[in-house]
Amino acid sequence: MATTTLAGRQLDVNEEGFLTDPSQWDEELGTALAAQIGITLTDAHWRVIRFVREDHAVKGETPTLRRVSTVGGIPIKELFQLFPKKPAKKMSYIAGVPKPVGCV
Amino acid sequence: MSTTTPDLAPTLVPDFGDDEAADRKFVIICSKGNLDMAYPALVLATAALGEGIETHLFFTFWGFDMINKHTMNDLKFTPVGNTAMHVSQAGSVRPGWRWKSVPQVVTAMPGMTTVATKMMKKQIDDLEIPPVPEMLEQIQAMGAHLWACKMSYDMQGMTEDDLYEGVEAVISASDFMDISEGGQLLFI
Repeated sequence: MATTTLAGRQLDVNEEGFLTDPSQWDEELGTALAAQIGITLTDAHWRVIRFVREDHAVKGETPTLRRVSTVGGIPIKELFQLFPKKPAKKMSYIAGVPKPVGCV
Repeated sequence: MSTTTPDLAPTLVPDFGDDEAADRKFVIICSKGNLDMAYPALVLATAALGEGIETHLFFTFWGFDMINKHTMNDLKFTPVGNTAMHVSQAGSVRPGWRWKSVPQVVTAMPGMTTVATKMMKKQIDDLEIPPVPEMLEQIQAMGAHLWACKMSYDMQGMTEDDLYEGVEAVISASDFMDISEGGQLLFI
């Protein structure tokens, strides 16, 4: 485990830079994390990020793209538009939760 | 845990590969129409697309059952010839049976394909993995390209009405050479 600083805070992260303690996250930090990977968060992004946060809090694991689409109600196509190329990893990074482990 | 001074620690940002040219291409040839042979391609395609990799699926021979509207909802699994099939419930009859192979003579009994298919579908469903047509729809939404083999299409006497709408085109083997150029190829 490593630490990094962002938005004037010290954060616990894994070797890739994903937050390891979801409680260190708030929406202001989410905005800063998104900016790190060139994403400006719109309402549509926030809908995804908030679902990922809530679902992770309830289920104890990060939802897969499929779950964000079937349970969160955000179509997969839209997820690819909002978080280009690697949507699952990007939304997890911004939401301050680990990468999803599910295959589908 | 490292004890770097907060002010000096550089911000660690994951590499999402956005700066790399998108040159990785993944091509899967789907040649089997059994339920258990359909999923490896669909799951790997899902994974590849989720990583931003250009993905193509080429359906040929028995793989056509995955994109034939009349069969795609009803792919089957048979334990015949498969010595790796175990029945979890057998363990409760006798503990030593949990990981035993089902005797081949049993696998060929009438109704076994139906039973085995039902069991496998339930296991897949328990993992919240969707049925084959829904998986195809999903990978398509993720940007997969689906191609059908011309020779198989002709051999099976198919028409366009029989084909799943998500298939982009019926193509020849030489068209496939163009499409798969530079790609990583997987034959299932």
